[in-house]
Amino acid sequence: MQLETLISQFQNKDESAFESLYHMYGKSIQGVIYNIVRDQGIAEEVMQDVFIKAWNNSDSYSAEKGRFFTWILNIARNAAIDRTRSKAFKNSMRNLEVENFVDILPTHESLEDLTDSIGIKKFIKRLGKKCKAVLELLYFKGYTQKEASEALDMPIGTIKTRNRNCINELRDIVLK
Amino acid sequence: MDIKEYIASGILELYVAGALSEKESKEVYELMQKHPEIKQEVLEIEASVVKLTASVSPELSNDLLNKIKKNLDSSNNEVNVIPIQKSKNNWLTYTGWAAALVLGAGLLWMMNQNEQFKNSISNIEIQNLNLEQQIEEAKNSLSATQNLLNVLRDKEIISVPLTGQGNYANTYAKVYWDKKTNSIYLDAQGLPEAPIGKVYQVWSLTLNPLTPTSLGTIDDFNTDDNKIFTISNANESQAFGITLEPEGGSANPTMDQLYTLGVVASAP
Repeated sequence: MQLETLISQFQNKDESAFESLYHMYGKSIQGVIYNIVRDQGIAEEVMQDVFIKAWNNSDSYSAEKGRFFTWILNIARNAAIDRTRSKAFKNSMRNLEVENFVDILPTHESLEDLTDSIGIKKFIKRLGKKCKAVLELLYFKGYTQKEASEALDMPIGTIKTRNRNCINELRDIVLK
Repeated sequence: MDIKEYIASGILELYVAGALSEKESKEVYELMQKHPEIKQEVLEIEASVVKLTASVSPELSNDLLNKIKKNLDSSNNEVNVIPIQKSKNNWLTYTGWAAALVLGAGLLWMMNQNEQFKNSISNIEIQNLNLEQQIEEAKNSLSATQNLLNVLRDKEIISVPLTGQGNYANTYAKVYWDKKTNSIYLDAQGLPEAPIGKVYQVWSLTLNPLTPTSLGTIDDFNTDDNKIFTISNANESQAFGITLEPEGGSANPTMDQLYTLGVVASAP
């Protein structure tokens, strides 16, 4: 089925379309949330908020503004960051010291993981330090290119091309 | 426009990241519609990012989707199977609330009782304190009285009755003079209250020649209960007199206001 069709069914409050989209993007969204909150229980709470919000505000999505994945990614990053700012979260004194997403790659693979993403994980661990930093900021944290260029002290153009190269490497591995 | 160069610029990666402005995103969208290569490129970038982000996620928990679906309020409502469950819920809810109410009421009652007990305890404590104070006062007054009695019984004490004079013939007083301590105890029970603005003044007198020496005024005469005043007297007194004087006392006694006078009978 075409993604466009699925999305328009979702926007018409079709639960099975919603489920399909959840299966397509749910784990990615949870990965982004988990990378921010670093707690599986909290990540699952945020997941619920995000998908319910997406359902309730499905009208506000339009393809002209961007990819559907990008739209829900954005909701997830904002919800997760909001959660880290909440008093309850701060009081729990979570250790958010780890540098980027690579540090939280699950070490114990489940069976279904073995066939699919173990290769990706190995690859990701081998990514250059600068690649990791750029991917972390742009995809996991939702920085604009300007913010990323300030955070990494690199010209905007460099961010753009470095990111392009990193994604290309990634594509070679995961989409072979 | 050079499509390859456009793709190589890295703008599509930023597009997927959501790092472009709304205007830039719209441009990318329009180019995607016109150029299949661009669309294909975006799809591949997106697919790789979906995999990248999924790779760091813990496994999706099995009931997460169900939890989410329970909270979706579907606008094209389907069959609603909730009622039976609901009545069960209600029964539980009511019982729960009833229990909570009973518990709450009991708690309130106990708190109230507790408060009352606390109050009565503190009342009793205050009463105790008052009683203790009264006992203390009684003890003090008893010992004062005993002191006084001891003084009066002391054989060394010279007792000088003062009799009413002139217009004040019905008044009287008594002086007990303790020469060892150079003090007198004046029992002024027989004097009327001093009028406002006036005080009684006590005089020590020598008779030949008649020389009065003030022993001071009795400023608290009206408020004193037993009307017994201790006054120091180091004079070789031959007589004692009491006059009524303006407040603050006078240098010399006002003779027409002489209330009582008594002569010391004999030196011991």
